[in-house]
Amino acid sequence: MTTTTPEVPATATAPVPTAASVAHQKLTSPWASFAAIIIATLWTIPTIGLFISSFRPEEDVKTSGWWTWFSSPNVTLENYHEVLTGSDTKLATYFVNSIVITIPSVLIPITLATLAAYAFAWMKFPGRDFLFVAVFAMQIVPIQVTMIPLLKLYVDPPFGLPQLAGKFWTIWLSHSIFALPLAIYLLHNFMKEVPGELIEAARVDGAGHVRIFTKIMLPLMAPAIAAFGIFQFLWVWNDLLVALVFGGGNLDLSPLTVRLAELSGTRDNDWQILSAGAFVSLIVPLVVFLSLQRYFVRGLLAGSVKG
Amino acid sequence: MSVPYKFGQMFIAIGAFVAVMGVVLFLADRVRSRKGEVVQTVVFVLPATLMIAFGLLYPGLRTIYESFKDASAQKFVGFDNYKTIFTSEDQITVLRNTAIWVIVTPVLATLIGLVYAVLIDKAKIEKFAKALIFLPMAISLVGASLIWKFVYDYKATENQQIGLANQVLKWLGLDTYRFLLTEPWNTIFLIVIMIWVQAGFAMTVLSASIKAIPDDIVEAARLDGVSGMRMFRYITVPSIRPSLIVVLTTISIATLKVFDIVRTATGGNFNTSVLAYEFYRQSFVSFNNGLGAALAVMLFILVTPIVVYNIRQMRKLEAR
Amino acid sequence: MRDAENRIWSREGAVRMRSTKARRGAAAFAIVVSASIVLAACGGSSGGGGGGGSAGGKAPGLAKAECAPIKSVMTEYGDLSGKHVKVYTSVVAPEDVPQKNSYKLFESCTGATVDYEGSKEFEAQLVVRVKSGNPPDIAYIPQPGLLKTLVQTTGKVIEAPKSVVDNVDKWFGEDWKKYGTVDGKFYAPPLDANVKSFVWYSPKMFADNGWTIPTTWDEMLTLSDTIAATGIKPWCAGIGSGEATGWPATDWLEDVMLRDNGPDVYDQWVAHEIPFNDPKVAAALDRVGGILKNPKYVNGGFGDVKSIATTTFQDGGLPILDGKCAMHRQASFYAANFPAGTKIAEDGGDVFAFYLPVTNADQGKPVLGAGNFIAAFRDAPEVQAFQTYLSTDTWANEKGKATPNGGFVSANKGLDVTNVASAIDQESVKILQDPNAVFRFDGSDLMPGAVGAGSEWKELTAWITGESTKDALSKIEDSWPAS
Repeated sequence: MTTTTPEVPATATAPVPTAASVAHQKLTSPWASFAAIIIATLWTIPTIGLFISSFRPEEDVKTSGWWTWFSSPNVTLENYHEVLTGSDTKLATYFVNSIVITIPSVLIPITLATLAAYAFAWMKFPGRDFLFVAVFAMQIVPIQVTMIPLLKLYVDPPFGLPQLAGKFWTIWLSHSIFALPLAIYLLHNFMKEVPGELIEAARVDGAGHVRIFTKIMLPLMAPAIAAFGIFQFLWVWNDLLVALVFGGGNLDLSPLTVRLAELSGTRDNDWQILSAGAFVSLIVPLVVFLSLQRYFVRGLLAGSVKG
Repeated sequence: MSVPYKFGQMFIAIGAFVAVMGVVLFLADRVRSRKGEVVQTVVFVLPATLMIAFGLLYPGLRTIYESFKDASAQKFVGFDNYKTIFTSEDQITVLRNTAIWVIVTPVLATLIGLVYAVLIDKAKIEKFAKALIFLPMAISLVGASLIWKFVYDYKATENQQIGLANQVLKWLGLDTYRFLLTEPWNTIFLIVIMIWVQAGFAMTVLSASIKAIPDDIVEAARLDGVSGMRMFRYITVPSIRPSLIVVLTTISIATLKVFDIVRTATGGNFNTSVLAYEFYRQSFVSFNNGLGAALAVMLFILVTPIVVYNIRQMRKLEAR
Repeated sequence: MRDAENRIWSREGAVRMRSTKARRGAAAFAIVVSASIVLAACGGSSGGGGGGGSAGGKAPGLAKAECAPIKSVMTEYGDLSGKHVKVYTSVVAPEDVPQKNSYKLFESCTGATVDYEGSKEFEAQLVVRVKSGNPPDIAYIPQPGLLKTLVQTTGKVIEAPKSVVDNVDKWFGEDWKKYGTVDGKFYAPPLDANVKSFVWYSPKMFADNGWTIPTTWDEMLTLSDTIAATGIKPWCAGIGSGEATGWPATDWLEDVMLRDNGPDVYDQWVAHEIPFNDPKVAAALDRVGGILKNPKYVNGGFGDVKSIATTTFQDGGLPILDGKCAMHRQASFYAANFPAGTKIAEDGGDVFAFYLPVTNADQGKPVLGAGNFIAAFRDAPEVQAFQTYLSTDTWANEKGKATPNGGFVSANKGLDVTNVASAIDQESVKILQDPNAVFRFDGSDLMPGAVGAGSEWKELTAWITGESTKDALSKIEDSWPAS
C-alpha cells in the first residue's frame, strides 16, 4: 500500500482475488462464515465476561457469574473510579512512564535486528550461519536467569562506568536485548524470501550493502517490520518483570503494569477493580494495533515478487 | 522526574540512537573495496550480537555453571541437581506435560490462526474480525488470569456458578466439572489459555503472508479449476510454508518458556507442572538456586530439536 | 499472569475496599482526620521542617511535644533532614495507606523522608535486588526462614543497632526476638503480627440455630455433626493461592500439632529434630483430615472434599455469608476478605471468629501466628533510626491509630489495645500480650524453603485430593535438605 517494489508494476485497479479469498469463497460460504463466527465468539466471550465484570459491584462479582448481569443489570462506575483515582500517583504518570519505556524499547531493537537480519541473510562472512543459529537459540534463555547477573552489571558496571540502574536507560537496554533474538529470527526469515536476483542486480550495479539495505530491503520489509513492531510494543507495554527488576526500584519509572498488578489489592481479592484496570490498560495497545494494521494488510513482503 | 523531563530523555535517547546509527551507516557506506565489506558486516552484525552476548549468553553460561552448585550457590555439588531431576518421580510428569504443551500449543494455535486468517480474508469486516482474535495478546497477563478464573471456576452443581464453562454444563443439564483438577485433561484446559493468547500472533503473521502470495499463482490455479479445500491445501499452505515454520517455531519456544499460566491457575499442583514453572518455583519460591539453574539448563537442552529443525529448513531453502 | 499470589498470611491487614461512594468518602475522611491529628500535633510547637534547629537537640523536630515519646531513643541519630529511607514491602495500595501514615511522626520528628515501595513480587524481587547489590534500605520480611537465607547466603543484612535491641528487649518477648536472630546475631525486630488460630463463623447463624461456641475439639466435632444433620455443610475451606497453593492446609496442621503435642514437640518438628513423618505428625494430620477430608463436613458452598484444592483461600470463607457453611478456620487477617458492608461483630454480626479449640487439655491454650520482620540493608543513621522507630511502642500505637478499618496486630507489649480498631484485632493483641499464652510462629515460615515453601504446600494439596497421610508425610520428609 505505502510501499512498492522496484520491479513490480503497480497492480491493476481491479483487485485479483488472493488464494485465501478464493479458498474462502469456495469453502461454501455459509459454513465458512459460520466457522469464523464460532472462532471469533469463542475468543471474545471470556473477554466480554471481564468487561461486564468491570462494571459490576464487588458483591455481585464475587457471588454470581457475569452472565447473570443480563437478567439483573447492576451497573457501577466505582471500579473505574478506583482505577483512575485510587492511588497516590496519578494514573497519567504511569501512562507517561509506559510510553516513555515502550517507544525506545521498540525502535532500538527493531533497528538493530533489521540490520543484523540483513547481514545474516545477505552478507557473506565466515561463521555466519553458526552465529545466526546461536542468536536464534538465545530465545530460550528465560529473563529470570538474566536478572541477577544483568542487574549486577548495571548497579556496579565494569571499566569504571557510572552506575546505570534506576534510570530509563537500563530498562530500554534490557528490553532491547530480550527482543533481539526473536526479532532477528523473524526478520531474517522474511528477508530470505526476497529473491536473490534483486540483491544481485543491485550489487552488479555497484550498490553497497548500506544502499541495498536502505533502498531495497527496508521498503520491502516495511510490513514485516510493522508487524514485529506491534508485537514488541505489546510485549513491552504489558511487561511487568523487566521494569520491576531493571528499573532498580526507582518508583519514578513504574509503568502502568505496576499499578495494574496492585489493583487487585494486597490479597488479590479486589477482582472487580482489576477487571476495570485491565481495560484501561488495553486501550493503547488496541489503538496501536488498529492504526498499524494498515501497514501490513498487503502482506509481509509488500506486494513482493517471490518465485 | 517531571513529564517533560521524561519525554525529553526519551527523545534524546531516540535522537542519539538515530544519529549514531545514521553516521555509522553513512561512514560504512563510504568505505569501499574488500575492507568496506568487512566494515559493513561489523556494523550490521556487531551491535545486536554484542548485546545478546552480554545480556543473554553470559547469564545463560552462568546458569549452566550454577547448576553444578548447591541451593545457596555456595559449594559445588557436581551432577547432584541433575540427579534430583531425573530421579524424582514427579519429574517424569513434568517432562510429559512439557512435551504435551510444546506439541499441542503451536500446532493448534497455528492451525486456528491460519484457518481464521483464510476465512476472514477479504471479508468486509476483516479488520474488526482480526482485532477480536488479536485482543487476547493485548490484554496483560494479570487480566488474562482473571478472565480464565471466570471461565474455569468450579463449584458443585447445586451452587451458584462463577465460572462460565461450568454454567454452560449446568444449562445443558450436566454436572459441573473440575477443569483444573481432573487429570489428565486439566493440562489441556491450561493449554487452551495459551492457544487463546497465541492464535492472535499466528493469525496476524499468517494473514499477512497469505496476502503476499503472488496473484499469478492463484490465477493459474484457478484457471486449472483448483478451488476450496484444494486451493487451501495445494496453493495457500505451500506458499506460506516459510511463515508457517516461523510461527510454529516462535510459538514453540514461547510455550517452552511459559510458566505464569500454570503459576496462577494451579500453582503446578494436580500434575500440571511444566519445566519452566518448576524452574521458576525452585529459583524464586523455594530459593533453591542450584536446582533452579539445572532446570533452566534442561530448557536450553529442550530447545535443541527446534533449532535443528530450523537449520534443516534453512539448508533446504538454500538448496532451492 | 498474576504476580505473586504469595503467602499472604503475614501481610498487613487491609483497609477494606469500599464499594459505595458514601463509604469511600467516610473512610477517606477517617484517614484524613487521623492524618491531620498527627499533622496538627506535629505542627503544634515549631514550624515543622525547613529551617528547624529552633530549640535544643541536633534534630530540630525532636523538640516538639509529640516527639517526646521517641525522643530518648532517637536523639543519638541527630538531625536527619534531607535523608531518605527506602522501604520495600509486600503491601500495596490501598492497604499501604496506614503504613505510610504511621511514618509521619518519624518524618516530622527527624526530618528524614521515607520512600515506600510495595510490590506483590516482593519476595522474589527482594532476593534478586539483594543479590545484585541493589537492595532497599529496609525490607519487611514475612518469614524468618527467608531472613536466615538472606543472612547466610548474601551477608548483606545489617545487624540491628543497640537502640533496636533495647527496644525489642523492652517491648517484645524472648521468642519474638529469637525469630529475628540468625546464628546468634540479632538482625530484625518484629514489625507486626497476626493470629492464625481462629475459626470464622456467623454469630447470627449460631444464635438462630441455638449453636454454642465450642471450647474443645470434641465439642467442635459434635457441633459439626449437629450442623451436618441440618443439611448444611459445617465447614468450608480453600487452599488455592497460585504458586503458594496449599499454605492454608499447612496452617491447619501446625495448629493441631501445637494443640496435640505442645510447644516443645512443635519446636522439634520445625527444627527437624523429629522427622516430618513421625507418628505424632501423622496423628495430627489425620485429625485435620477428620474435618477437611470428611465428606459430611466439607466443603460448604463449593462442593466436595476435592473442591478445597481448587477454591482460592480468598473465597474459602465467603459461603458463611449466605449460610451455606458454618465454620472456616483462617487467620485474623481474613476479616479483609469479606465484602464491604459485612458486619464483623460478636453480637449479631454477620461474621466473627472464635479461638480454635484445644485437643489436649494438658497443653494449655497455644496460639499459632506469624508476622513481618524489619531487616536493614544499609548501615546509615537514618536507616537505623527508622528501624528503631518501628520497634518502639510509639510506632505500634501510631500504626494502630492509622489503621481505622482494622487489620493491624502486634506483639508489642506497649501497644494499647484501645488503639486497635477491630474487635478481632483487639482479641488477637490480647492473646499475643497474654504472658500465659503459648505462642508459636508459623512452622512453614521457619523451615527451609524447599519444605516450607515447597514440598509441604505441594504434598498437602495432593493429600486433599486423595493422597494418603503416610505418602504425603514421607514425601515431605524425603525433600528435607540434607545439610
